Amino acid sequence: MRRYSAFAIAREALRYHQGWERAWASPAPKKRYDAIVVGAGGHGLATAFYLGRNHGITNVAVIEKGWLGGGNTGRNTTIIRSNYLQDPSAAIYEKARSLYETMSQDLNMNVMFSPRGVIMLAQTEHEKRGYLRTAHANAAQGVDTEFIGPEKVKQLVPIINIDGPRYPVLGGLWQARAGTARHDAVAWGYARACSAMGMDIIQNCAVTGIETEGGKVKAVNTSKGRIETGKLALVVAGHSSELAEMAGFRLPIESVSLQALVSEPVKPCMDVVVMANTVHGYMSQSDKGEMVIGGGTDGFNNYTQRGSFHHIEETVRALVETFPMISRLKMLRQWGGIVDMTGDRSPILSKTPVGGIYVNCGWGTGGFKAIPGSGWAMAELVAKDAPGPLAAAFGLERFREGRFIDESVAAGVAH
Amino acid sequence: MSARVEGYGRLIDRSKRVSFSFNGKRLRGYAGDTLASALLGAGQVMLGRSFKYHRPRGLVASGAEEPNALVGLGEGGRFEPDQRATTTELFDGLAAISQNHWPSLAFDVGEVNNYLARFLPAGFYYKTFMAPRGAWAKIFEPFVRQSAGLGRVPMEPDADAYEYLYAHYDVVVVGGGVAGLQAARAAAATGVSVLVMEDAAHWGGRAPVDGGEIDGMAPGDWVKAALDALEAADNVTLRLRMQGTGVYDHGYHLGYERVADHSPGDGRPRHRLWRIRAGRIVTATGALERPLAFSGNDVPGVMLASAMRDYLVNWGVAAGRRIVVVTNNDDAYRTALAMKAAGRVVAAVLDAREVVTSPLAQAARDAGIAVMEGRAIAEVRGRARVKSVLVTTQAGAGKAGEEIRCDAVAMSGGWSPVVHLWSHCGGKLTWDEAAAMFRPDPDRAPTGADGAPFVLTAGAASGALALDACLADAHAAGKAAGKGAGGKASRKAGPKAVCEAEAPIAPVWIMPEGAGPEKRMKMWLDFQNDVKVSDVQLAAREGYESVEHTKRYTTLGMATDQGKLSNINGLAVLSQALQQEIPATGTTTFRPPYTPISMGAIAGEARGELFQPLRRTPLHDWHDAHGADWEPVGHWRRPYTYLRAGESREQAVQREVVNTRENVGMLDASTLGKIVVKGPDAGRFLDMMYTNMMSTLPVGKCRYGLMCSENGFLIDDGVVARLDDDTWLCHTTTGGADRIHAHMEEWLQTEWWDWKVYTANLTEQYAQIGVVGPKARQVLEALGGMDVSKEALPFMHWAEGELGGLPVRVFRISFSGELSYEIAVPASRGQALWDALMEAGKPHGVMPYGTEALHVLRAEKGFIMIGDETDGTVIPQDLGLTWAISKKKDDYIGKRAQARPHMADPERWKLVGLETTDGSVIPDGAYIVAEGVNANGQRNMQGRVTSSYHSPTLKRGIAMGLVLHGPDRMGEEVTIPRIDGSEIKARIVETCFYDKEGAKQDV
Ligand SMILES: Cc1cc2nc3c(=O)[nH]c(=O)nc-3n(C[C@H](O)[C@H](O)[C@H](O)COP(=O)(O)OP(=O)(O)OC[C@H]3O[C@@H](n4cnc5c(N)ncnc54)[C@H](O)[C@@H]3O)c2cc1C
Repeated sequence: MRRYSAFAIAREALRYHQGWERAWASPAPKKRYDAIVVGAGGHGLATAFYLGRNHGITNVAVIEKGWLGGGNTGRNTTIIRSNYLQDPSAAIYEKARSLYETMSQDLNMNVMFSPRGVIMLAQTEHEKRGYLRTAHANAAQGVDTEFIGPEKVKQLVPIINIDGPRYPVLGGLWQARAGTARHDAVAWGYARACSAMGMDIIQNCAVTGIETEGGKVKAVNTSKGRIETGKLALVVAGHSSELAEMAGFRLPIESVSLQALVSEPVKPCMDVVVMANTVHGYMSQSDKGEMVIGGGTDGFNNYTQRGSFHHIEETVRALVETFPMISRLKMLRQWGGIVDMTGDRSPILSKTPVGGIYVNCGWGTGGFKAIPGSGWAMAELVAKDAPGPLAAAFGLERFREGRFIDESVAAGVAH
Repeated sequence: MSARVEGYGRLIDRSKRVSFSFNGKRLRGYAGDTLASALLGAGQVMLGRSFKYHRPRGLVASGAEEPNALVGLGEGGRFEPDQRATTTELFDGLAAISQNHWPSLAFDVGEVNNYLARFLPAGFYYKTFMAPRGAWAKIFEPFVRQSAGLGRVPMEPDADAYEYLYAHYDVVVVGGGVAGLQAARAAAATGVSVLVMEDAAHWGGRAPVDGGEIDGMAPGDWVKAALDALEAADNVTLRLRMQGTGVYDHGYHLGYERVADHSPGDGRPRHRLWRIRAGRIVTATGALERPLAFSGNDVPGVMLASAMRDYLVNWGVAAGRRIVVVTNNDDAYRTALAMKAAGRVVAAVLDAREVVTSPLAQAARDAGIAVMEGRAIAEVRGRARVKSVLVTTQAGAGKAGEEIRCDAVAMSGGWSPVVHLWSHCGGKLTWDEAAAMFRPDPDRAPTGADGAPFVLTAGAASGALALDACLADAHAAGKAAGKGAGGKASRKAGPKAVCEAEAPIAPVWIMPEGAGPEKRMKMWLDFQNDVKVSDVQLAAREGYESVEHTKRYTTLGMATDQGKLSNINGLAVLSQALQQEIPATGTTTFRPPYTPISMGAIAGEARGELFQPLRRTPLHDWHDAHGADWEPVGHWRRPYTYLRAGESREQAVQREVVNTRENVGMLDASTLGKIVVKGPDAGRFLDMMYTNMMSTLPVGKCRYGLMCSENGFLIDDGVVARLDDDTWLCHTTTGGADRIHAHMEEWLQTEWWDWKVYTANLTEQYAQIGVVGPKARQVLEALGGMDVSKEALPFMHWAEGELGGLPVRVFRISFSGELSYEIAVPASRGQALWDALMEAGKPHGVMPYGTEALHVLRAEKGFIMIGDETDGTVIPQDLGLTWAISKKKDDYIGKRAQARPHMADPERWKLVGLETTDGSVIPDGAYIVAEGVNANGQRNMQGRVTSSYHSPTLKRGIAMGLVLHGPDRMGEEVTIPRIDGSEIKARIVETCFYDKEGAKQDV
């Protein structure tokens, strides 16, 4: 892998950029790999990356039915924060957040991690008490957060309306080290680094069946043929139930559409990310200048990657009320992604009833921020056939035992 | 310098002068102008700067596809950035400013990017700005942000209003060109209701500009006749200035009507967003001309051939005095002919095709225009305006030949049907090799619930570009749509149209074919975002092979024009780079909206006080008039406390608590949910809904009940009263009313649909008033009426009767530990009862109290509050409420879940009281820590505080919390850290701090 740098750009500029090499190879699948990761989203790619980086397993294929990063990894609104309430969540999200801080250097690709800070607004007494609770929990978990008053909110976000007649802002939970990153670059950066380690990233290749023998995984069937493996990690987000069915087990996952939208680009006007859960919407400004906006999920299950306009309405209404100036901006583009929701809104990182098969899914509406931490924990699980401390609480058995990790407790919108 | 041409301008009224300003300069145009035509007419060619390289830019197009001519429009509360000049109607006093430059349009510091362009190829930012760590966020990002972004930010509150409209039509026709009008006629003839919407301020679309003949008439005359016919039909609605913006599942269609953009401040809403349910949608959205990719194709003065023709014919503006036309198809000859006829010099037509012998080409030659075959533009010269073009052969590498002086270039790379609305809901496309275009594939249409296609295309939008084919297609589409939407068959024939035969297009994606890297770095594909041929090729070289990768890596098609001009050219260039067929590359996904629509329109009238519906209890106004300090609770507002002059919130709450404990307080409890459950199986049903046994509750009695989710968690609580043999009244929490009603219905409708039970949510039908405190009975007795003595109406009973002449239902229940009555009256009598109670209570010192006093009262008593002691993870067993779980029942919702290992785990945290050793108040939300850290390095916890208040009664801080083995650790001291790290010590005590025996509530 030839390194990226300002110098490399200057060198290439002299030859009209004809000398850049491929970011990742595009090989035909081999007959057998030590491990196969299905799904080249952020979580799948990060799993592969840490299998190599932390565990020395590099005879790995990442199999993707479409184009890498084309699932939710390339559709999300890129909020990265770790101010979660429950211990296991705070641990894995904080691990991920700290890995984001060095990701550009680790991957030699500028993923534009921008720790610009995230505020979650408190607009009812109840919500305020909830965030005070999170702030206390975070303090004990080693996560830097702070409950700030309305004046500080206004100071951080001058365009906000803090004394709207219906839901005046009572304060907010502020995580200064939270922020955003460039989603595509995260996927591309991992893909490039995996490829450089000799892993095969196989795009346009759908897994269509899973072969098992004696309760253990043997091979996957794909649109590009049969591939053998001893370890199979299913990391396919909204399609997890389909893959589990191929392996003969079921997952407690529902797939629903989550939408987002952006405005036309304008000059910088908002330096932090604001989430307003009572009114149900959140907003940040991309480096391009677009206001990036999201809200809640559709109330019905589907796989179409389209959503209903009613949610767009609800979200935009909430944000026009919170940031009246956006009333005179225009919605440029709206889209949807299929998110994988568990009953307790927490992910699954787990062994499965089939030996050698592992699942990583259930990140739902908020898994972009978790990508490096999730990859780290998943790689450990796959490599050692046992979860490490980061993944331990997220096993499938928790649903049977009732050991939920319920994050909806703290926030209505979890991104 | 005016560019107006006498005798042209079918849309302008030369007798009506309109004055406007651009960058502060006063200019004039005519009624009927767009801002673009007026600016061009006034000689203003350079209108803005591009996004990345800040290059000077002028008009490329004349409609919604315009990528360059974006302005900031209006002032103050009516300022709006990123407005397309081409779709902005001119009005008197319009003020526009150009964008994305500093300090001025003519001189822009950002233009250095242009000179560094070679070092700023697609995606350069992914490869640099990485060192040192943290520099991205602190140094580079702020710089990038500042130079990116287009328009200025609107800062003042929006001065305009917006509205929604809901409508149903059998057939919606999008597009008011000849195809749309004909489709509408054909659909209307089947007898169904038809809505026709046209984005522009005039009907007719391109045909009146492009020529031909329909039913023996000039297209403009035919349009008038068609409109007359449609206007006369009473099943047809016509709307101008309304865009078909998005198509969603089940025939849901958005129409964006720009009601008053051209007459700001006239009192009408600015935009109206139509939410339409359509039986069938016909998209007659036409086609867009594609630019050609040659070096310097973005210099101001280079524009689409069709746009140049539009400016001339529609607005009487000539885009140049001496023009060069460059094309790969016949249509551009129409521009050459029109410009020549208007007295302009057409220096040459450069046609990339080797041999051109069509009637249009012949006409050009006959008019004395030099037609140069097999030619291309090697380079456009000029910075802020075209000065000349260098000619070369299309086949070569671009060796520059003849230089032709000119001040404008008209380019045409062929046409692409507007397929956006077709595609929004899953309509698929097919590549038409001969016409070099993606067009809708009628065999893979978006289908509705009945499995039939619900979107059809008409005319040029189907790929039928020639006038005769266009009208025939539109007629068929209209007929089919009418029929599909339930109309009767119509045998009316369509109109007959004639137009010139055209020679086939030659697919030309790069001009000249063999251009080297240096030229390719100057060939723009996406004008606004500065994406060039070289960028797409770089993406392909680096492995960003999927169109989506290329789009994201280069930002091709991601500008405010959403790639209307660039997408097809871009993916053709990508296909060439990957050496594959265009259909193998495919398109990116088309997503709503067709063009950007205002957030204001999406939000509609829902802002400020109207942001959400406000639910008001019958006593709302009284509270407001008596110092209510409001707190939003769902869509309700409840008084947090009633402030008196000079009082702080805390003082007011203390006063209310003390008065209620000592005298008597009154609470508006009307927001509490009241759900009637009735029927022969109602008892059995409630036994499933509640953990308690409700079927055995005697008529006349009340019981406190708990409801759990399937997962066993406590979701609501409240008092249930049995009204008669088969009727129960279930009280829920304020926030729970709608949710619990839905929960009941879900179970009834999905699991127990054969049980004979009705539920009705009567929350708003009653006003309910709590009269609470040792003197409560005296107050009621003073009102006169029914017997409210302990004997006649004991604790946890209810009775119906009259108080002060009002029909009441009185419940003897208490959430405070005091003697307490909750009195329900029909909502309309709520105020009367409240007034009567206030009057009767005066001698006893009655005062209203708010939600915070309610909380303190219940906490002193150790009563749980849903949402405080519970958070969706707590089961009744955690809260010491096992007494409310019936052991006599086989089942209730949540029972099975509560038997799961973790639920029955003795290590679960249990509810206790907490008393600070120093009497202080524990902060809300605090945790109780244990020794050491866990495997993830987090401090170990052994509990958390669920409610914490200052108790005016005990004059100290009291709290409740869930603590590991709590009930077995009475008297033990625990440590509670504050966020700042300092610590509080508290003792574990019982949850009830006040009147442990319960004597006071049962008097
Ligand atoms: C609109 C929206 C906004 C969001 N906002 C945020 C946010 O602000 N912050 C945040 O943290 N999170 C956010 N999220 C959530 C976040 O995007 C996801 O949790 C995360 O990206 C999931 O990553 P993944 O790698 O698990 O899944 P994906 O990126 O979806 O990857 C799964 C991959 O599996 C592939 N696949 C599926 N089936 C097969 C098969 N049979 N064979 C081979 N491959 C297959 C898919 O093609 C896909 O590429 C948002 C999500 C959406 C939709």
